[in-house]
Amino acid sequence: MAKPKKQSRRQFLASTAAVSAAAFAAPYVKRAYAAGSISVGFWDHWVPGANEATQALVDAWSKKENVEVKLDFITSQGRKLLLTQAAEAQARSGHDILAFPTWYPAQYAELLEPMNDVVDPLIAQNGAVNGTVEYLGKVDGKWLGVPATVGSQMKGPCSRIDLLKKHAGIDIQAIYPAGAAPQADDWNLDTFMTAAKACHAGGNPFGVGLGVTSDSVDSIGAFFHAFGAKLVDANGDITVKTAEVEAALAYLQELGPLLAPDAPAWDDASNNKWLVSGRGAMIMNPPSAWAVAKRDAPHIAEQCWSHGFPAGPNGRFGPFLPYFWGIWSFGRNKEAAKSLLVHLSQEESSRAMVEASGGYDIPAFANLTKFDTWAKVEPPKGTLYHYPDPHGHQVLSIAAAPAPHKIAVQIYAQGVMPKMVVRLMQGESMKDTLNWAENEVEGFMRT
Amino acid sequence: MAEVTLQSGAKAPKRRNGLVRVLQRKSTIAFLMTLPLILLIGLLVLYPAGFAVHLATLNKGMTRFVGFGNFEFLFGRETFWMVVKQSCIFAITAVIFKALIGFIVAHFVHNIPAKGQRKWRGMLLVPWVIPPAMSTLAWLWLFDPSYSAFNWVLAALGADTIPWTGDPYWARFSVILVNIWIGAPFFMIMYLAALKSVPDQLYEAALIDGANWWQRIWYITLPMMRNIIAITALFSLIVTFANFDIVRILTAGGPLDKTHVFATWAFVVGIESGDIPLGASVSLFMMPFLAIAAVIILRDVTRRGNEA
Repeated sequence: MAKPKKQSRRQFLASTAAVSAAAFAAPYVKRAYAAGSISVGFWDHWVPGANEATQALVDAWSKKENVEVKLDFITSQGRKLLLTQAAEAQARSGHDILAFPTWYPAQYAELLEPMNDVVDPLIAQNGAVNGTVEYLGKVDGKWLGVPATVGSQMKGPCSRIDLLKKHAGIDIQAIYPAGAAPQADDWNLDTFMTAAKACHAGGNPFGVGLGVTSDSVDSIGAFFHAFGAKLVDANGDITVKTAEVEAALAYLQELGPLLAPDAPAWDDASNNKWLVSGRGAMIMNPPSAWAVAKRDAPHIAEQCWSHGFPAGPNGRFGPFLPYFWGIWSFGRNKEAAKSLLVHLSQEESSRAMVEASGGYDIPAFANLTKFDTWAKVEPPKGTLYHYPDPHGHQVLSIAAAPAPHKIAVQIYAQGVMPKMVVRLMQGESMKDTLNWAENEVEGFMRT
Repeated sequence: MAEVTLQSGAKAPKRRNGLVRVLQRKSTIAFLMTLPLILLIGLLVLYPAGFAVHLATLNKGMTRFVGFGNFEFLFGRETFWMVVKQSCIFAITAVIFKALIGFIVAHFVHNIPAKGQRKWRGMLLVPWVIPPAMSTLAWLWLFDPSYSAFNWVLAALGADTIPWTGDPYWARFSVILVNIWIGAPFFMIMYLAALKSVPDQLYEAALIDGANWWQRIWYITLPMMRNIIAITALFSLIVTFANFDIVRILTAGGPLDKTHVFATWAFVVGIESGDIPLGASVSLFMMPFLAIAAVIILRDVTRRGNEA
């Protein structure tokens, strides 16, 4: 057996230096994923096939930029997405990019990377965003996320053409003609009430939820906006006891008994079931209900027409629920994350997402709301033409605005407005209901 | 040198023997064998519990220590006291009925001949074995606001339909009913085990003395089952007070917050409304009361055990 050769200290140092020099001097070899990796958490879409379109767009970017992407689709069922946000914010660790609905960019404002360098050029390229997107996504001049196409939706009325004609004598297709501007001057809250009464009497009540989940809160919030009713104003002052709030409540107290009898117990699935079962003449929902009807009850889908909200004394307000893509400030590869979000916000990417979602998703940028998807989907042809409000005849709004975010999110999440309506419907006096709401809102002021 | 070596060599086996003796003690072995579980509990229970206590002492923005400030705030809120009341109604009613039903069914099963008893025990345990989230979903369809299967039957019989989750009182009834349905089998199996351990000679002696059915229950069965009844009730009370899934799935706390319990309201306040410290305070509110109840009940159990 050969005796191992002993190496002197001098020889060891020399050989180590040589290896180090060779390592630094070696040419940079481009490998797959040379630009690193990012982790992404997107909202898990309701519409079958919509996730695949996003996945394809991400894969194309990943291949082009040599960045490895770990993509998770996180459901909002059971508030899984909110729990993920809360956990990652606490742990200061998790995805680089995460989807944030409505109030949650503002909730985590301190932990989100400023996105002005991404959003401002996108606005210049794709057109302005609506006021609700700016209210929710931009705090103190800082964009907290990129307005996302996926998940952003309108919750305006979806009516049964035949039942509105039969019970209320309203030709909703004439008011909202396919491919043309709305003729909606007479589509106001009075007309809406008359139609609700007629449809209720005819055995097909309107399906507006009075529960505390998002669909109910968004719909009731739009009625409040139509009257100019706010529980808290933009300065954070409580404005519960105002003529506008009382007027909105009086209207909804009259409307409540004309709705589906179990509306106070509705969740976000109830309005879909109400439409698909054929029992209701109208619901307030994105076109997912129509898409389910198309699959399960085509004869009902053929009679559905999405359109704008009725106008009130303060104007016409469409309930809009935007999503954002945010980058955590503790994210590891922010530059790559920004590059991916720019790619997903291009016109072609948005078009692919809208197409894959069957028109459910609405890009926030003005120039991207006129894709032909909404005009061509059927049955009936043109059913979704007015869904993204292509003629801008509504103010896109969110319930509880314009209150400061940290107050508004509590008004929204705890369904204070629908609860006020239900209290009145159960016989509570207006005074007691207003006192209760004022007390609740006072509790939301703590810092 | 040789002497020193001899001395140290003599001491070493003594120390080794001492260590071996310690390791051979039953208590040491028991401790070592339970150590992984103790560490797991420390990691998954004690740390989160401690962290929740820490969160409950912070302000809404989680930037400064406020001591008991969150609890002071909660004590001034009408909704909080409503949740306290509802949680007590929910937990106490459910535990009483679970215990009562479990006791009665355990007697029925106990009296079934041994041959067929296993089948019944298995079938009766099904509600407890199915994951609650899954079985509650099935109940949700039965109670569905628009398409309730129960209402379909009622309508077919010509009766009025019931707003199972739309009316505050019916909604409370519904969530309690589902909790009883899921939890009663646990009481049944515990009571059945206790019944089987009561010596038959006691009943035989009582029969000879002329004791009737009620006297046998009151003077033999209940005293013999006292410890198991106390421990089962305590365990169930703690779990029922902490219930989340049934209320969340069936009513989400509605209508008008009338079915919220601590856990569901803590979730709405903490996660959905973005006030994690307040949510932590809500969920911790019952902890001292339940801890005191646990100490009292377990102390009595230990005392009775020592007396026996």
